[in-house]
Amino acid sequence: MIGTEPLSGASPSVMALAVIAVVLVEAALLYVGYGFLEAKLGPIVFRRLERI
Amino acid sequence: MLDLLGLSPGLFALFVTFGFMVGVFFGFFGMGGSFLVTPALLILGYPAPVAIGSSMAFVFGTAVIATLKHHDAGQVDYRLGALMFVGITLGIELGSRLVFGLEVLGIANVVVGIAYVILLAAIGILFTRSALNQDDDEDDDGDNGDEPDDDVPEIARKIQSYNIPPMMTLADGSTASLWTISGVGGVVGLVSGFLGVGGGFVRMPAIYYVIGTSLAAAVGTSLFGGLMSGAVGAFTYGRSGVIDLGIVTALLLGSALGARIGSGATAYVDEDDVTIYFGIMLLLASLAVGLGEIATWLAMPILDQISFVILIGSSLLVCGMILYHGALAVRRRRGAAPSA
Repeated sequence: MIGTEPLSGASPSVMALAVIAVVLVEAALLYVGYGFLEAKLGPIVFRRLERI
Repeated sequence: MLDLLGLSPGLFALFVTFGFMVGVFFGFFGMGGSFLVTPALLILGYPAPVAIGSSMAFVFGTAVIATLKHHDAGQVDYRLGALMFVGITLGIELGSRLVFGLEVLGIANVVVGIAYVILLAAIGILFTRSALNQDDDEDDDGDNGDEPDDDVPEIARKIQSYNIPPMMTLADGSTASLWTISGVGGVVGLVSGFLGVGGGFVRMPAIYYVIGTSLAAAVGTSLFGGLMSGAVGAFTYGRSGVIDLGIVTALLLGSALGARIGSGATAYVDEDDVTIYFGIMLLLASLAVGLGEIATWLAMPILDQISFVILIGSSLLVCGMILYHGALAVRRRRGAAPSA
């Protein structure tokens, strides 16, 4: 899989920008998503570490 | 869903796990991303342009996440990163043209592999020696009252002492010649574009040892540089349609978590505790890539498998050491907090 097949008619620059945009969106979503998890689970993990 | 990403479940899990390890390195050391990913993809049989291009896109995504984390700690010198940008861009363009030229000649994989072996070994030796010397210094650390208390290395002070205008003021108030900054950017960009790496394993030591920032700023600024060089690299290779978004997405799923944990660990773990492991890992990675090349020349697939095991094993070891020292440090700090 390459992932840019839907843009096969587009110019190379547009395809490259689309790839960068997809990666940027993925990174942002993962940053926010894992940030949410960190806020929720971080204190629990720290407490566990203290008890070990 | 896995079919959508074009990966088998086993390969998907491997990429997520590998991405996690790489993310921990990225967050903790400000480097260590694609120099592992590109060889791993090459060993798995992906063509060099796909391995390099996908690695570049992955570095870009991970660098975005890790930079955001280090930004919160005020460890990113954006001015320095921006000044390096021109050199990095020109270097990447030159490096990628070299790769495509070598691909036409049919020797891209071999040349990239050999260059990797040499660079990984050289930087591995630098880190291992530096870590061993630090241990010696700590043993001898008696009455060094005249020692400056910031952590800018001696060689960087010497380079900073040569005033070649125009001089630029860095975020910490020190100065560096624009020529030095551009030169570092150009060399890092060339390595980046040629090897398909973010260049962090060259960029972070170069910022620290040549430009002369503090280690924390070198890590944060290196990540910002990785973001820029990753974006330029992804654009350059993306134009050729060789980036596999399935691989990038799977790696990012793991690295986003790893980068958070690695960045967080910098607040707890003394880097000296794990630097030597990182140096050894680079040396083992050099050995792994070398074995991979020999496997191709001698048509011995078993060497490829050994190479892959060494690469993954050494990464697991260092990742484990960071997490282990991080957990120990958290326990120590939290345990000491009530009585402080």
